Amino acid sequence: MDYLSKLENQSIYIMREAFTKFENLAMLWSIGKDSTVLLWLARKAFFGHVPFPLVHVDTTYKIPSMIEYRDKLVKEWNLELVVGKNEAVLAEGRTFPNGKATRVECCGTLKKDGLKAVLDKHNYSGVIVGVRRDEDPTRAKERYFSPRDKNMEWNVEDQPPELWDQFKTDYDKGTHIRIHPLLHWTELNIWEYIERENITVSPLYYANEKGERYRSLGCYPCTFPVKSKASTIREIIEELRTTKTSERAGRAQDKESEDAFEKLRRDGYM
Amino acid sequence: MNNGSSAPSEQLKIVIVGHVDHGKSTFVGRLFNDTGSLPEGKLEQLQKIAERRGVPFEWANLMDGLQAERDQNITIDTAQIWFQTPKRQYVIIDAPGHKEFLKNMITGAANAEAALLLIDASEGVQEQSRRHGYLLNLLGIRQIAVLVNKMDLAGYSQERFDSIEKEYRAFLQSLGVTPKIFIPIAAKHGDNIASLSNNMPWWNGPTVLATLDQFNVTDLPLNQPLRFPIQDVYRFDERRILAGRIESGSIKVGDKLIFAPTNKSSTVKSIERWSAPKSDFASAGESIGVTLTEQIFVERGAIAALEAEPPYELTRFKARLFWLGREPFRKGRSYKLKLATQEVDCEIDDIQKIIDASTLDTVQREGKELRVGRHEVAELTLKTKRPVAFDAHSEIVATGRFVIVDGFEVSGGGIIAADNYPRRSSDSAHKSENIYWSHGKVTSAQRALRNGHSGCVIWLTGLSGSGKSTISTELERELFNLGKHVYVLDGDNMRHGLCSDLGFSPEDRKENIRRVGEVAKLMADAGNIVITAFISPYRSDRELVRKITPAGQFVEVFVNAPLEICEQRDTKGLYAKARANQIKEFTGISAPYESPENPEVELRTDKMTVAESVARVIEFLDVRDSDSMISI
Repeated sequence: MDYLSKLENQSIYIMREAFTKFENLAMLWSIGKDSTVLLWLARKAFFGHVPFPLVHVDTTYKIPSMIEYRDKLVKEWNLELVVGKNEAVLAEGRTFPNGKATRVECCGTLKKDGLKAVLDKHNYSGVIVGVRRDEDPTRAKERYFSPRDKNMEWNVEDQPPELWDQFKTDYDKGTHIRIHPLLHWTELNIWEYIERENITVSPLYYANEKGERYRSLGCYPCTFPVKSKASTIREIIEELRTTKTSERAGRAQDKESEDAFEKLRRDGYM
Repeated sequence: MNNGSSAPSEQLKIVIVGHVDHGKSTFVGRLFNDTGSLPEGKLEQLQKIAERRGVPFEWANLMDGLQAERDQNITIDTAQIWFQTPKRQYVIIDAPGHKEFLKNMITGAANAEAALLLIDASEGVQEQSRRHGYLLNLLGIRQIAVLVNKMDLAGYSQERFDSIEKEYRAFLQSLGVTPKIFIPIAAKHGDNIASLSNNMPWWNGPTVLATLDQFNVTDLPLNQPLRFPIQDVYRFDERRILAGRIESGSIKVGDKLIFAPTNKSSTVKSIERWSAPKSDFASAGESIGVTLTEQIFVERGAIAALEAEPPYELTRFKARLFWLGREPFRKGRSYKLKLATQEVDCEIDDIQKIIDASTLDTVQREGKELRVGRHEVAELTLKTKRPVAFDAHSEIVATGRFVIVDGFEVSGGGIIAADNYPRRSSDSAHKSENIYWSHGKVTSAQRALRNGHSGCVIWLTGLSGSGKSTISTELERELFNLGKHVYVLDGDNMRHGLCSDLGFSPEDRKENIRRVGEVAKLMADAGNIVITAFISPYRSDRELVRKITPAGQFVEVFVNAPLEICEQRDTKGLYAKARANQIKEFTGISAPYESPENPEVELRTDKMTVAESVARVIEFLDVRDSDSMISI
């Protein structure tokens, strides 16, 4: 079995464990390449069906074509979409860069608090998220089944042991578990799989006529394209095999301080 | 897959273990740097941060992603990063060496296929060096290389290297582990990592990198007996799909599967996948779905196997276990055991030995309390509340290991030791042999004393119209008036509820009788006199019920009247319909009736009245119960 198939089979196994163990399960869909691959894997796991709702935490700062792409897929694949927004903060304009918030504060309220609001509202006890270990040093420490306490906080110093595909599926009321079926994939693996499975992803990932493409998608005030000539999946794969720039290089909120991203994640960010 | 020709097509997972401060994270940082795997600017960024904080630059900071880890220069949690050589891609798992974080070390190591164990040349073999060696072996990792690190602090001395190798090799040997190689390195300076060091001219290689490339990717257990644990049963559409991952062996359409521990069987109708080439075959490692030809009740936790090679199904097994929970693993308390997709309550049956994994010494416990403490390893026997399907770890890995959950937390893990377990026979008549009957604290003798009689099954058999129903109701009333606990199991009543899913095909009739027999047996076990009145034309069906009922408690009553008499009576008008071909397979007309060969009681209802017949049965019971010293 080639390693892409190994990765795929493992992710399917994890997703099925999540589905059988959590009554109130949802999947976060950021519309990026990773959560779109995740969505594809869900359809593999459940024989063409997606038996849980997709939650999109909308900051209203997403690049407009991302929303277009989202709505197109929802229709084509017959998906149940739940959109969450932090209406209060948006109404008060406490956002970056037009308001009175730093990048990190803005991420905290619009994404982290927006997520908490939607989880509380729908009482989700299991949330599938498409993060990968190779994205960032704190994500490198993650578990496949990662508990969050009542305040959504991640106790990274005291994580559950995880061995032999026996996961943490017993949890206290009010807490929830993040499930990370893509944890063992790399950015390169994701693109190799997109190529193999012929999955449609947002056109923003491909180089435009200005010679720029997005490696990672987020909100437009804080996400910048990288210089690239890669305009096809194959060219992106070739580029990634030799690149020495990190994937989140175009994500400004990570760089405000040495541990900015770690703090966000401890507080419940994806 | 359309990969470029230069792309490596396999991936190997390596865990880095060893005592705290023996240089694991430093080694990984250096390995990344020396293989050109660092992202651009990462090194400069870390150097700048170190300068700003006024601390010396540490290679370990590459791996230690948490602020607390960088502050304390200690790895708290396991992390994974990737790099590649021309041969393949590597996943490097850095595991913490501090005793406090042993559960994180196990999390890292349990996912690896090979291990590099680091020992500090100046400090030598330490507590965690030994414990990690022991646990690697317990976790099933057989490919191990030992790196003797910080050779610079030991003057690059060959003598020092040799003495550490000698000591640690002897320790591993006592566990039955043969390491692939010992290599002298100085991670901080890159000695013998990617290229040979000038500082140790006495070492001719190989380097660490060359050693990595010599490890093998773990083969999937394709040629072992099939184990297909069911994760879930889906009914998203008209198909009823059993979903799961094949842990060992292979499966194909047409295979007859047996599902442990219930022992139901059915045949594979199709193998289901989505957006993948259709195939009637699947093998180890594949997450698939299966549909069956006959719909049987299967749920999560069942393990499908081929009939000739079933797993063990028992409520007791021996294991080697490590404990990570804050609270000890105590005898007398109940825990949850998770094995493949099975979950069952378990408790300690007996602890044979508790081992200190860092010294291999047996731990002596004072007092009576039996427990396995945090970070201890034990050889013990576990008993489970229900039978569990398993294999010895040495035979099939995936169904030979388990974890123990205490409250909400996974608190321990273990592997099942090989032993002389009884193997279920593939003969279907012995299906239930290894499921232990659970005995309460009230015995049947005690029940019989209180009731004044023992329980039994009075099984009336005979042609339609022979008088079974009439006799059964009269017999019930008579026994009831005598103060006995008696009940008639009525065929129609059974078909309304318990057997409502059954029709009248030969298979369904057989299953109907089997269920009636099972219910009758349980009611008799509860102390009742149970009367049944079914044609039950087949000797084998009646014999099956006799077999499952305790000796002496099955009373076969042959209600015997000639066919002509029965047909004359024709109380329900069924014979007329059968003669007119309106009823197919009617016993006596178009289907056989097999008379009992040695019934306990025979009632010639063409010559006896109902009252005489009832009296004959009671007489038999009377004699039976006086034999068993209970007066009726």
